[in-house]
Amino acid sequence: MWFLCVFYHRLLDYRRPEVESLAELFDAFGSSGGGGGEGGGEGSPSSRSLEWKLPENHHIDSPFHFVNLPSEEIARNIANRSLLVKGIYELWGQGTSYEELEKAIIEFPDERKLPYLIPESTFRITVDSFGKVISFNEQNERIQGLSYIPFKGRVNLRNPDHKFWLMETDDYGSNNGLPPVVQKTIFFGREIGAADRKLLPTYQLKSRKYLGPTAMDAEMAFLMANQGLAKPGKLVYDPFVGTGSILVAAAHFGAMTMGADIDIRVVRDGRGPNCNVWSNFEQYKLPMPISLLRADNNMPPWRPGLREIFDAIICDPPYGVRAGGRKSGGRKLLKGVVGPYTVPEEKRNDHIPSTASYSLAECMHDLLDLSAKMLVMGGRLVCFYPVLRDDGYTNAQFPEHPCFTLIASCEQILSLRYSRYLLTMVKTGAYTKEIEESARKMHLDFKENHLKWLEDGNLHSAVFSPAESQEMGSNSKFDRDSKPKYRGKYV
Amino acid sequence: MRLLTHNMLASNVKGVTNGFPLRLEAEKWAEKEVELNADFLRHMFSKIEWKALAGAARAVGYGELPDEADASMLDSEDFLRRFHHALLEIHVEEGALVCPESGRRFPINKGIPNMLLHEDEI
Repeated sequence: MWFLCVFYHRLLDYRRPEVESLAELFDAFGSSGGGGGEGGGEGSPSSRSLEWKLPENHHIDSPFHFVNLPSEEIARNIANRSLLVKGIYELWGQGTSYEELEKAIIEFPDERKLPYLIPESTFRITVDSFGKVISFNEQNERIQGLSYIPFKGRVNLRNPDHKFWLMETDDYGSNNGLPPVVQKTIFFGREIGAADRKLLPTYQLKSRKYLGPTAMDAEMAFLMANQGLAKPGKLVYDPFVGTGSILVAAAHFGAMTMGADIDIRVVRDGRGPNCNVWSNFEQYKLPMPISLLRADNNMPPWRPGLREIFDAIICDPPYGVRAGGRKSGGRKLLKGVVGPYTVPEEKRNDHIPSTASYSLAECMHDLLDLSAKMLVMGGRLVCFYPVLRDDGYTNAQFPEHPCFTLIASCEQILSLRYSRYLLTMVKTGAYTKEIEESARKMHLDFKENHLKWLEDGNLHSAVFSPAESQEMGSNSKFDRDSKPKYRGKYV
Repeated sequence: MRLLTHNMLASNVKGVTNGFPLRLEAEKWAEKEVELNADFLRHMFSKIEWKALAGAARAVGYGELPDEADASMLDSEDFLRRFHHALLEIHVEEGALVCPESGRRFPINKGIPNMLLHEDEI
């Protein structure tokens, strides 16, 4: 069944992947073998994707999309759980003019219209627009104009049985350098479901008790939890848990959570007795994480035989721009300047081991290895990955691993210099002895060539170094302005 | 720290070949009710080292787990309850995890095990 899927006009890259992930979560692709455990033979992840269409002349960044879903119930579940779906609608008609719309709605089969127009029901019609403003009076006129639809029910604005939407777009964009996102189209449909954005004020960071400098924004954390298919009975792990902002979102969707961090001040101490990671869960009456622990992602303390225990690993690794990663071992120790420091016996209990910078490359390597080992088949690794932007364009190369298939990469531009991609990878291959062995070799290489790896992947200097071409006179400023300024991915 | 976590952790001190199971020395623990999810328990059962779980449960005074268990027992409501209780409802607040081979103590403070190694252990 084709549905009209209207998105919020934000985080454009994240919108379709969110719906795709929720389709997987609500089993739109047929049974996944009872819990995903043995779902390996169900076809590759690429065959488990939805069919999409765009309205004629619409740009991919248009908020209006058509999506093919197996049932109305699945469509409702997806819309209600999502963050970026403004609504999924059963389309009754569309047109480039109101005459065309009327014709389309009249042609739409009665047996699909009449059940929602019966006298015992209540309804509401909302007029919405994209790229233009429709005054209150005009809205009323538009609604009056729909008199050819035989509404028999009573109007109820607060809590109607059926919600109808009249959506009008205008051809904008010709004047500000944007590609034509939409051309005048009018849609009329019945709402199947819509995102519950009320979640966001509840969870917004400014009302969160315990925050760190890189706490994940609530909307993004929910999107990550959706990409990770968080739901009751699933176990989600965040190896860089910090103040727990990602796990809070996963716990909201009912998943069991676990987190680790190398910094004990963050996970254990927080900012006082009632201001720590635990209190963040308490604040929202969410179940506490199964465990928080202090551990190093570079040398994880998992028992050797432990495999395939997490359903998702969701994290925001330290990329060294706002916050750098740390791993065990002192700077001088790794350089080989000094031998290993022997901790005196009497000081062992309260000793705080020194740590060294953790390069992004090594961090990603460890994360992929850990995920390959610890995720169930079909489990997901959802993480951010920073990419430098050159002259306003990104040329992204993502980390790869034989056990994983990348199914989504969603860009969010952070500054002129860099952006971050939310990567969603599905575990599709078993963690073999050979993979384990090559990961071990790589681990040693990182240890031996510590400095080289640090310099190679230093994003901080690339992001904060002064611009190379300072000879920008009025000339290059002009060049800049004349370029089409397409800001789609900034919203 | 709950016993599920205990079951997943091992000592990774340099030179230690058999750092599992860590001996649980619990000084303070609490029991908190958690909603039971049978699917979750069934999935976890196949991942758990049963002997280590039963041993850890005894260390916090819960002796209701059998010494041996197999998957057929998961059909019993009663067994699921006990398994659930041991795995998820016992929170160790203060204490330590001790490496069976080297005797290295990993302290547990405020419910958080500190598994970070010292410089001479990596």
